[in-house]
Amino acid sequence: MDLTTHGFWTMVHGMGFGSLYLLSCSFAIVELSRRYRPQSSISVADEKFLGTWLVAMAVVAWITVLTGAYVIYPWYRAVPPAGAALAAFPQALLKSSLNTIEWHAIGMEWKEHIAWFTPISITMAAAVFVHYRGCLRDYPQLRTAVLTFVIVSCGTAGVAGFFGAELNKHAPVDGGGTIKLIQGSGR
Amino acid sequence: MASGPESMGSVRMMPNGPGAAAVLAAGMGCFAMGVLSVLEDKLPALARLLNIYRPTGPLSGLSTAVIVVWVASWTVLYSCWKRRNVNLGRAVTIAIGLLAAGALLTFPPIDDLF
Repeated sequence: MDLTTHGFWTMVHGMGFGSLYLLSCSFAIVELSRRYRPQSSISVADEKFLGTWLVAMAVVAWITVLTGAYVIYPWYRAVPPAGAALAAFPQALLKSSLNTIEWHAIGMEWKEHIAWFTPISITMAAAVFVHYRGCLRDYPQLRTAVLTFVIVSCGTAGVAGFFGAELNKHAPVDGGGTIKLIQGSGR
Repeated sequence: MASGPESMGSVRMMPNGPGAAAVLAAGMGCFAMGVLSVLEDKLPALARLLNIYRPTGPLSGLSTAVIVVWVASWTVLYSCWKRRNVNLGRAVTIAIGLLAAGALLTFPPIDDLF
């Protein structure tokens, strides 16, 4: 049982940081919507926790897009030398068949751009929250904007995650060295 | 969009300018991604210019340009509005409109219409 290093880092990017981001969205959305209505209340400790949570989400979002763009994407878009087997070149493999070309033309083309909405949106939301905290209740429009951008960040992360998973299913990013997990026992 | 300082009874509220600046700048950053992704697709010369890190290709320059637009607009708007109250409703509406337009422009079938 083994993994390739490219496959491992793709998993860290998507199933690690990407999934962690998506999982963290629901708490932020629920807390921002129920605790910052006019006349609602939140303890100082909970408010501090929510602020830390949003900042952590921003850090995770940046790590996810940066590893995607600068670690995984170069492996995905590598150009195969003439006569090479396309299995090691995901973009070329997808573009080689009419049955899979749209996974690249729509899936990757959309994912590589829309994914950047996530860190921009959540960084703004975290910065505004940390600046205003309880005063957000005094500005319902600002609270609506923060909540909208957090929901959008979740949606754009979802689009990127969905296409990332499907792309990797149709043309896995694989290669590099081998990480051996368990030696077969012949059972 | 700017107006005078706001107060509620005897309690002085924080100015809404910094919040409006952050929200509007985020909308501008997302819109810049939409516009630049269309332009990069249509103009090979721009795509070559944006190719600042060869393994990642034009996406490297495109995302860097978007971050520059976002941070620069945030810095300028913040320095203008940090002690002011602005028309928050208008700023939020514009920001959400820019966000929606940017998201639509990144969608390849819409990109192909240009």
